[in-house]
Amino acid sequence: MTTSATEVPVDDTATRPPDDGRSDRLAKSGAWARRAPLLPALVFVIVLTQLPFLGTIVVSFMNWNAYYPDERGFTGFDNFVRVFTDDNARSAVVVTIVLTVSVVLVSLVLGLLIALLLDRKFRGRGVVRTLMITPFLVVPVAAALLWKHALYNPEYGLLNGILTWVFGEGAPQPDWISNNPLISIVAALVWQWTPFMMLILLAGLQSRPMDVVEAAKIDGASSWQIFTNMTLPHLRQYIELSGLLGAIYVVQNFDHVFTITSGGLGTANLPYFIYQTFYTAQDYGRASAAGVVVVIGTIIIATLALRTAFSLFKEESR
Amino acid sequence: MSTEQRIDSVKDEARTAPRGEGPSARQRVQDVRHRKEPRSAMLLTAAAWVIGILFALPVVWMILTSFHSETDAAKNPPDLFAPLSLEGYRTFFDAGPWPPLLNSLTASIVSTALVIVLAFPAAYALSIRPVKKWTDVLFFFLSTKMLPIVAGILPIYLFAQTTGLLDNIWLLIILYTSMNMPIAVWMLRSFLAEVPVEMLEAAQVDGANLMTTLRRIIAPVVMPGIASAALICFIFSWNELLLARVLTSTVAQTAPVFLTGFVTSQGLFLAKVCAASFVVSLPVLAAGFAAQDKLVQGLSMGAVK
Repeated sequence: MTTSATEVPVDDTATRPPDDGRSDRLAKSGAWARRAPLLPALVFVIVLTQLPFLGTIVVSFMNWNAYYPDERGFTGFDNFVRVFTDDNARSAVVVTIVLTVSVVLVSLVLGLLIALLLDRKFRGRGVVRTLMITPFLVVPVAAALLWKHALYNPEYGLLNGILTWVFGEGAPQPDWISNNPLISIVAALVWQWTPFMMLILLAGLQSRPMDVVEAAKIDGASSWQIFTNMTLPHLRQYIELSGLLGAIYVVQNFDHVFTITSGGLGTANLPYFIYQTFYTAQDYGRASAAGVVVVIGTIIIATLALRTAFSLFKEESR
Repeated sequence: MSTEQRIDSVKDEARTAPRGEGPSARQRVQDVRHRKEPRSAMLLTAAAWVIGILFALPVVWMILTSFHSETDAAKNPPDLFAPLSLEGYRTFFDAGPWPPLLNSLTASIVSTALVIVLAFPAAYALSIRPVKKWTDVLFFFLSTKMLPIVAGILPIYLFAQTTGLLDNIWLLIILYTSMNMPIAVWMLRSFLAEVPVEMLEAAQVDGANLMTTLRRIIAPVVMPGIASAALICFIFSWNELLLARVLTSTVAQTAPVFLTGFVTSQGLFLAKVCAASFVVSLPVLAAGFAAQDKLVQGLSMGAVK
């Protein structure tokens, strides 16, 4: 992970031109005095994130199953071969990608639409905003339990309850989770992440220079023209930021998969697959190999994402 | 400007407009617009309300169900006006939720305090008196956030097993601290970057010592940032499930882990699950509602102010 950070082209002087003097004038003590306040946090994070990962790399080359302690030893790339040829592992990769992309995209689009609705002045706007952020403030496990039992349950869930209300006794009573396991998880996650996207995009909308928009209106620009030519370009960095942060968390989602389907019905994503391989099957070697694969995949995506973050960051310090 | 402030400023404008001269220009423009498209404006307002209510509906449903008896909660179609009952809450509190709740509280509060104590000096060294290559350091912090927790969980588990730290709340505290450190460093840095340099220099010229500088110049700018960072770190620690599930069992179990074990396959359980979910979510709901603006800043890592 360290390499991905250093690969980003960095030019200190270019990123903060107005502050050139700050470092010179305030610099009285040596470089180590400057570094001292940084070190505790840095050492802490390195020890707790990089060391365990090094351990994972070592174990990924070992044949190590806690159920067969006598057979422990190094096996080279066996675990990786098993990960790449395992149907479950490959399906976990696909599920992770589908889950992350669909949740982030759908919540971004919904979040943008709702942010636009909330950017107008109307009676009770504060109340609607409060209603909107409620889903994000429910503990993820609790939210997953709520969707699984109180909404999706075929016998007494609210969804089928509404169907009975509307269509009477003979109403269809689908088993939502069994029929569409992955979509059920996506819906529950979209419900929680849309408010997140909405909040950041709304803050972006409200930081628009309104006088320019008013001027464009007076010059006869249509709402659509204002949206595509002024609002969207301004929102770009907010869209990227919320998408990036959302993706970081959704990729690692464990709570919903664990609670709603327990990884069954083809919904096991990589975090769940690794959890199961390590915790239930006690196959330490294979779980570690899968972990290493996840990290390599993440580095590739993260390098792209960090470039995005870097452009945001240049924007911010300008 | 926050939503409320904006609304207030418009109100003020209307109030302070001198009598006789009619409403201010801005107000007039709005009136014209309102008269021209009242129907579409009403439709948009209605749409906003409907969507807001739809998003909050599952939570309202959860709270309502939690106050019904198990029999009423399991009715189809649902009985909205069933008599209220505390049965669900009684079952939940009889199951011994206090140790897990207190564990969650300890882990969240102590780790949040540790994060702020460690992240603040780091953010200082990345903004006010920046080290060389400070951008690299900042991105290193962020990159650790992209390292999935699962990728390091096995060595942590094995380490805890050999050192006897399994099922110890301190292990979770330390791990939550490292989990939230990048966000806190990033956020606090973006706030510290706004400390006025001229004032720092002036203070130095006047011979102010470090404590005075921190208290009089830096704190006013940074306190909102610390509040946002603390709120977000608290919420993420409180919500965490995977690490807690793998590394704790009976003694150091946290509220989310307790919640996963609360569903039994025997009998009706919807009301008590809703009651349990509501109680466990309550601290986050309360903190989030109380500090909505801080929440936005925290979620966007300080990029949105």
